[in-house]
Amino acid sequence: MKTRNFIGFFVFLLLTGMTISTFGQEVDKKEGSEEKFNASTFILEHIADSHEWHILTKKNGESVALYLPVILYSKEKGLDVFSSKKLAHGNEYKGYRLEEEGELKGKIVTVNEAGIVDEEKLPLDFSITKTVFGMMSAAIIGLLLFLSLARSYRKTGISYPQGIQSFLEPVILFIRDDIAIPNLGEKNYARFMPYLLTAFFFIIINNLMGLIPSPPPFGANVTGNIAVTLVLALCTFFITQFSGNKAYWRDIFAAPGVPVWLLPIMIPVEIIGMFSKPFALMIRLFANITAGHIIVLSLVCLIFIFDSLAIAPVSIFFVIFMDCLELLVAFLQAYIFTLLSALFISLAIPEEHHQ
Amino acid sequence: MILLANSLTSPAIGTIFWTVLIFLLFLFILSRFAWKPILSAVKARDEMIKGSLQSAEKAKQEMLKLQKDNEAVLRKAREEREVILKEAREVRDKLISEAKDKATEEAGKLIEKARAGIESEKRKALSEIHDQVANLSVDIASKLLGEHLKKTGEQEKLIDNYLKEIDFNKN
Repeated sequence: MKTRNFIGFFVFLLLTGMTISTFGQEVDKKEGSEEKFNASTFILEHIADSHEWHILTKKNGESVALYLPVILYSKEKGLDVFSSKKLAHGNEYKGYRLEEEGELKGKIVTVNEAGIVDEEKLPLDFSITKTVFGMMSAAIIGLLLFLSLARSYRKTGISYPQGIQSFLEPVILFIRDDIAIPNLGEKNYARFMPYLLTAFFFIIINNLMGLIPSPPPFGANVTGNIAVTLVLALCTFFITQFSGNKAYWRDIFAAPGVPVWLLPIMIPVEIIGMFSKPFALMIRLFANITAGHIIVLSLVCLIFIFDSLAIAPVSIFFVIFMDCLELLVAFLQAYIFTLLSALFISLAIPEEHHQ
Repeated sequence: MILLANSLTSPAIGTIFWTVLIFLLFLFILSRFAWKPILSAVKARDEMIKGSLQSAEKAKQEMLKLQKDNEAVLRKAREEREVILKEAREVRDKLISEAKDKATEEAGKLIEKARAGIESEKRKALSEIHDQVANLSVDIASKLLGEHLKKTGEQEKLIDNYLKEIDFNKN
């Protein structure tokens, strides 16, 4: 009971903290340019990737932010590494500029001496962005968690689950007994367990960290970034193709029982199927997590759209409700991604006697 | 806004690069140093639990069997006791009846012997009485007849004749 109260209080603090910081921004904007509050720009700025991790803007206009390293590569200039603080407020540095408006908003561009953007020669951007930083932190948290779990197993030997084990072991067993074994079979599941476990925990840690609004490394929209979900889906894709057995490839290129004249239609359909499965994985995770962030941010924006503090309690209430829902979605999406990965892999290793 | 949405749905090369790096490293380290020991420990425990359950079941079966054996042994012992008791009873009865028979027989014999003894004694007594009566008769006759009768062979013959007439056995 006590812990629950504490967690509730913590969530409340974080949420109010987030509202206050955004409120501060609003004030800043009003004092500065008197421009109308644009909710969609505000929301998209928050869920999009960025080179600096904005925490809050003070009343005097100074912004408190975590400036992440920028890593650029271009053929002419070679490798450049510097802090994103050098590019803050539209400053130019080493011939680079962070665009704040227009088509290339949020991207780093090269500018020549005259200050004109060279749109043809965009540098390759390998910066540690907000997403990358959040993901790294999630990976480190995951490593700490599971390496200590492994150590605890080595220490206790064969015993009843204790300490951290009793917390994480049910999840591992759930993935093994309810995802891997039913889909992949008793004989094959062990091969794919490391990938399924890694994918599940990678996604869920990032999802949960994304739900916590602040401070860094929490609150980055990692699993709502399409590049991240693309890589995850590609991993499932490659594992599926590389573990595909004879029967799988025969089903694609010469499905038994299909007349020969139908093959020119069937083969492209099957090949599209190969790619559409991981594509669905990519879009599902990206869309679900991004949608969750957009809803929460929209509810917060209501306060600024109505420009009234009276809306805040209603808004906060709905945000808490949505956060509970997002908590469920965080688990659900990790589960679905893992389940579908296991399913797609199992489709690539059909047992011979089914044919 | 639409442009931003575009940047949202178009994967950035840098992010892809870092994600591949981070995720593969994460996967590698975890599979090597976490999943392997964790899964093997969990599996070992599962097997131990399974084995323990099996051996417990086996022990239970064995105990049941032992119990059954014990019961059988007990029943057998009880049966044996019954048999022994029955035999003992029979032996006793036999002994008693034998003893009884023997005693009866012995008693019969004794009675017979006694009867024989009595018979012989009786006969002896009778013959003595016979003699004494003869003597007495002679005495009485001699006293009665006095001097008339002389001690001759004829006299004695006469006495014998008289005595023979008296049948002692009749009484």
